[in-house]
Amino acid sequence: MSDRRFMNEAVPDKGDRERKSDPSPGSPQQQGTDLSRRTFLAGAAAVMGMFAVNSCTWQEFIQNNFRRMTKKEIDETTERLKAEYREKYGKDFVVGTESPIDGTLFAYALDIQRCIGCRRCVHGCVEENNQSRDPEIQYIRVLRFKDGDMDLEHSDIYYNPDEVPQKGYYYMPVQCQHCANAPCTKVCPVQATWTEPDGIVVVDYNWCIGCRYCMAACPYMGRWFNFADPVIPKDEVNTETHYLGNRPRMRNVVEKCTFCIQRVRKGKYPKCVEVCPVGVRKFGNLLDPDSEVSRIIRTKRVFRLKEDLNTQPKFYYFFE
Amino acid sequence: MQRSGFIVGAVRRLVTGPPVYYVWVFFLLALAGAGITAYVKQLQLGLIVTGMTNYVSWGFYIGNFTFLVGVAAAAVLLIIPAYVYDFGPIKDIVIVGEALAVSALIMCMLFVTADLGRPDRVWHLFPGLGILNLPRSMLAWDIVVLNGYLFLNLFIPGYILWKAYHEQQVNMRFILPFILLSIPWAVSIHTVTAFIYNGLAARPFWNASILAPRFLASAFCSGPALSILLYQVVRRYSRFHVKDEALQKIAEMIAIAMAINLFLLGAEFFKELYSDTHHLSPLQYLYAGVHGKGRLVPWIWTAFTFNIIAFIIFLVPVTRKSFATLNLGCVLIIVGIWIEKGIGLIIPGFIPAPLGEVWEYAPTGTEIMVAAGIWGIGLLILTVILKILVPIETGEFTKSTATAS
Ligand code: SF4
Ligand code: SF4
Repeated sequence: MSDRRFMNEAVPDKGDRERKSDPSPGSPQQQGTDLSRRTFLAGAAAVMGMFAVNSCTWQEFIQNNFRRMTKKEIDETTERLKAEYREKYGKDFVVGTESPIDGTLFAYALDIQRCIGCRRCVHGCVEENNQSRDPEIQYIRVLRFKDGDMDLEHSDIYYNPDEVPQKGYYYMPVQCQHCANAPCTKVCPVQATWTEPDGIVVVDYNWCIGCRYCMAACPYMGRWFNFADPVIPKDEVNTETHYLGNRPRMRNVVEKCTFCIQRVRKGKYPKCVEVCPVGVRKFGNLLDPDSEVSRIIRTKRVFRLKEDLNTQPKFYYFFE
Repeated sequence: MQRSGFIVGAVRRLVTGPPVYYVWVFFLLALAGAGITAYVKQLQLGLIVTGMTNYVSWGFYIGNFTFLVGVAAAAVLLIIPAYVYDFGPIKDIVIVGEALAVSALIMCMLFVTADLGRPDRVWHLFPGLGILNLPRSMLAWDIVVLNGYLFLNLFIPGYILWKAYHEQQVNMRFILPFILLSIPWAVSIHTVTAFIYNGLAARPFWNASILAPRFLASAFCSGPALSILLYQVVRRYSRFHVKDEALQKIAEMIAIAMAINLFLLGAEFFKELYSDTHHLSPLQYLYAGVHGKGRLVPWIWTAFTFNIIAFIIFLVPVTRKSFATLNLGCVLIIVGIWIEKGIGLIIPGFIPAPLGEVWEYAPTGTEIMVAAGIWGIGLLILTVILKILVPIETGEFTKSTATAS
């Protein structure tokens, strides 16, 4: 098994780039229920408009938290987003808002014994989830350990051999663990991030104020920040999106793995499960005793990362 | 009529002063201007213009914020010893302390805003309009206590000065409860700020119960040191009166606070070194470097040396009583605590990262300019407040003098 795509030129390589879009404080067209909020915000928008520095339209500025939106507001918002994306990427987007399916609690299991460290999941995830290519964001980090060692401080994510797997090493991919007792959602000052009823930890990119408190709180490096306007090549952008998932983001907000919410709520597997060449990635419903993850938890040796922190991840590593 | 008299009088006081005053004000204006220019660039390009990364996601801004919360808290806490030891007219001490607290608080808020990725969305924090995540988020609590503190520190001197300007007696029975309330409130702003970091199990460097006490101890070093300098300046340029013994008393208290601070640091060192777990790594990074990376090492040892020298200066009566060494000690301690509690506290929290990587951080020029700008604005506010308020308090600037001239 050899793969040349695993160069993981990770993150903070940041170059200055010009801002692309200009703010236009548009006209208020939405008829909302919450009039006083809008009146206040109208004044605030005027002030912001004077500074004219954030690429932010009027509708975007007053947009409510996703969980407080009415059905009508959700429809208006997704329509607006679609128009915005069409203009930016020249393509028609689907911006789904599928709700959680009753009786599901998603969980992940990963066979740490058989992972070969090829990083196909990393790149599959980047493409599926419209992660910025510059500055680079990759939800999955593949840690390489020497056999017999599981000390995180000795792990390496920048390994770059000609061929994987290498003798004497094993690999452990890490991404958001979708903690049942998530420290990241607890700390958010504005509830821009929360756990959905099906167990997926999501971010409302239009509500996040970019304080990065959640990044400090996450013990697994599960959260990423858009330090500049995200760059996604037009021909690679994925147009099948979900509001809480892989829709294109804006600068200065936090994002993270959502178990591919745009796929799993439609009954598909997350992309990383699908692209893994050796099938070490398993996904399913924890509440269904016959699901693959439930069976793995029952029959294999499993562990979770940093159990001592009581974050209760819904991400299990297993081995025979 | 009355109000315009005040404004004219105030403006006249603001534009007149010794040459050094003009130099100082222009210097601050230049800083503020540079800072605003740099901030506009940050708004246009994103936080990419800073040195922060996904690994070290808070940096210079939050470091300065943390330091200044300590200053704001300690400025008011000085009221207690000022009262107990009779430093001079208690109202004067309160006013100057509160002026310092207000400007420090404004700087705190500016630093947090500068750090925010989406300042256009601050309204998401306003209860009612947005969602303030109470009681779960410590940052939400911090916003509440900082704003409450700002209100108290505007209200108390506002009331006292209103009375002084109108040459009326201050109703102590009315204002005393507020003054008393501001004391535990000062403790609360600092404690809650410590809890922001303290509550994160992901960051062992912060997740130690010693953090909040150490915060207070170090605040009692830097805040009063600033006050000693400030009192001398104000005393020199106005009729404001503070006794020499009072300044020395404050220095003595700083020595005690520094002793506690050093003791707590020792306790921290013992725990980490002796138990020798991975929780040692951030401390090791800070004081010795790991894997050949140790950008903060020279800084933290500078801070350590400064703090020790200042401690000795304040402990020995001869050096404490000489103004030359006293002021030197103050400067050393301010710089020392600024390093220790700013970058020295924030950055190592992120290094090594939770998955073991060591990514270093250094502020960029833009970041430093924004920070300098905020300091400029804060000190400008302090200057303006003191220039107008102190003469009111000392009776040089009242309704009758304003209308008379
Ligand atoms: S792994 Fe991090 S981002 Fe994911 S739920 Fe847990 S704390 Fe939150
Ligand atoms: S960065 Fe965004 S999601 Fe994270 S805590 Fe701040 S507001 Fe919440």
